[in-house]
Amino acid sequence: MDVLTHNWSLYGKGLLGTVELTVFASLLALVLGVIMAGFRVAPVGSLRAFGTVWVTVLRNTPLTLLFFAVLLGLPRFGLALPFNVFAILALGCYTSAFICEAVRSGINTVPVGQGEAARSLGMTFGQTLGAVVLPQAFRTVIPPVGSTLIALAKNSAIAGSFSVVELLGTYKTLNELGYSIIWSFLWIAVGYLIVTLTISALFNVLEKRWGVAR
Amino acid sequence: MAGDALIEMRRVNKYYGKLHVLQDIDLTVGRGEVVVVIGPSGSGKSTLCRTINRLEPIQSGTITLDGRPLPEEGRELARLRAEVGMVFQSFNLFAHKTVLANVALAPMKVRKTHKEAAEQRARELLERVGLAAHADKYPAQLSGGQQQRVAIARALAMEPKALLFDEPTSALDPEMINEVLEVMRQLAREGMTMVVVTHEMGFARSAANRVVFMADGCIVEDRTPEDFFTAPESDRAKDFLSKILKH
Repeated sequence: MDVLTHNWSLYGKGLLGTVELTVFASLLALVLGVIMAGFRVAPVGSLRAFGTVWVTVLRNTPLTLLFFAVLLGLPRFGLALPFNVFAILALGCYTSAFICEAVRSGINTVPVGQGEAARSLGMTFGQTLGAVVLPQAFRTVIPPVGSTLIALAKNSAIAGSFSVVELLGTYKTLNELGYSIIWSFLWIAVGYLIVTLTISALFNVLEKRWGVAR
Repeated sequence: MAGDALIEMRRVNKYYGKLHVLQDIDLTVGRGEVVVVIGPSGSGKSTLCRTINRLEPIQSGTITLDGRPLPEEGRELARLRAEVGMVFQSFNLFAHKTVLANVALAPMKVRKTHKEAAEQRARELLERVGLAAHADKYPAQLSGGQQQRVAIARALAMEPKALLFDEPTSALDPEMINEVLEVMRQLAREGMTMVVVTHEMGFARSAANRVVFMADGCIVEDRTPEDFFTAPESDRAKDFLSKILKH
């Protein structure tokens, strides 16, 4: 118990770091994921190919490797950003591949006739997707997107190894100060639970409000 | 009529893999004409209907609408589709939108009509198909016949030059068929150009200018309803009529 009460600010900073990483990387992943899902069902072949490559590369690369690529690779091209921005980029892009596939599976649950009706009225591909298909797909993708974002919150721990302040990284300092490893980790776990259970709760609300009634 | 063709199909061929579903189709639909397409299932009549607004691409031949050939996929095609309404067998109303929003959506998105104007027009059209009272319901809350009438109103909202009906009453309970056919008869009387794929012989007799009989991907007969129903020329048509008219 002392570990927590003596180190409020350390834990607090760590938790804040994790929340920041999670929120910004989630937003990036959602935006990119939906765009890529749109690409993957587009009538234009080159967009489809781009979406497929995006998903294949990012989904099949270990996240740690991606962190190395972004944090060590991008500065070589003269792109110098704070480490936590790099971490958000890596996490967001990685997770966008999973979001993309969840959204695409949702698109596939919308009956073909819905898109045909929209197109027969003269709506363009973008209008059909935005006004007819995605709003209906959205309802079915709430649960898998929730799971993916929970995974993102936990994956953010990797950023700690790349000098980004986040929750898991606090154990190093605590360890040096001589606190019990077990208690340090227990409170870290509680911190992650706070983040992941919040995401769960948020998606439960979304599902109650928007989900498909059965 | 020849000088005023709205839809013209010339030597149109379509394949699904090796299956030759449309074989050298020639068909002209004049402005204000009602053409009913009938035939046994698998004869290609729905496919024919869907090629006219390029929901089904064709492999060879030409289709022109109001003198302009059908463009390839893209904005140009979308513009052309806006001028040809389509009514589907399974209604395909937008499930997440109210009846009113279903009718008003395309004018707002495609024609950039203001919301108030589009909704005003939508209410008028719903009035016309007898569904003004249901404007705020969702499609799933309506009967099949009501949904199909909304679908017709939705197609009319774009003020199309022609309407395509792909078996509009085939998914309906018998007692709901008439309410849909009545709306279609009304449109025919008002001079709407219509291509109707249907099994409703009564509608074909009473509302059509021409009956096109298809079998195995070919147009076998293309005549007035009286001629076709009283004196079919081909054995295929005689056989078809004997099966459906005597039961």
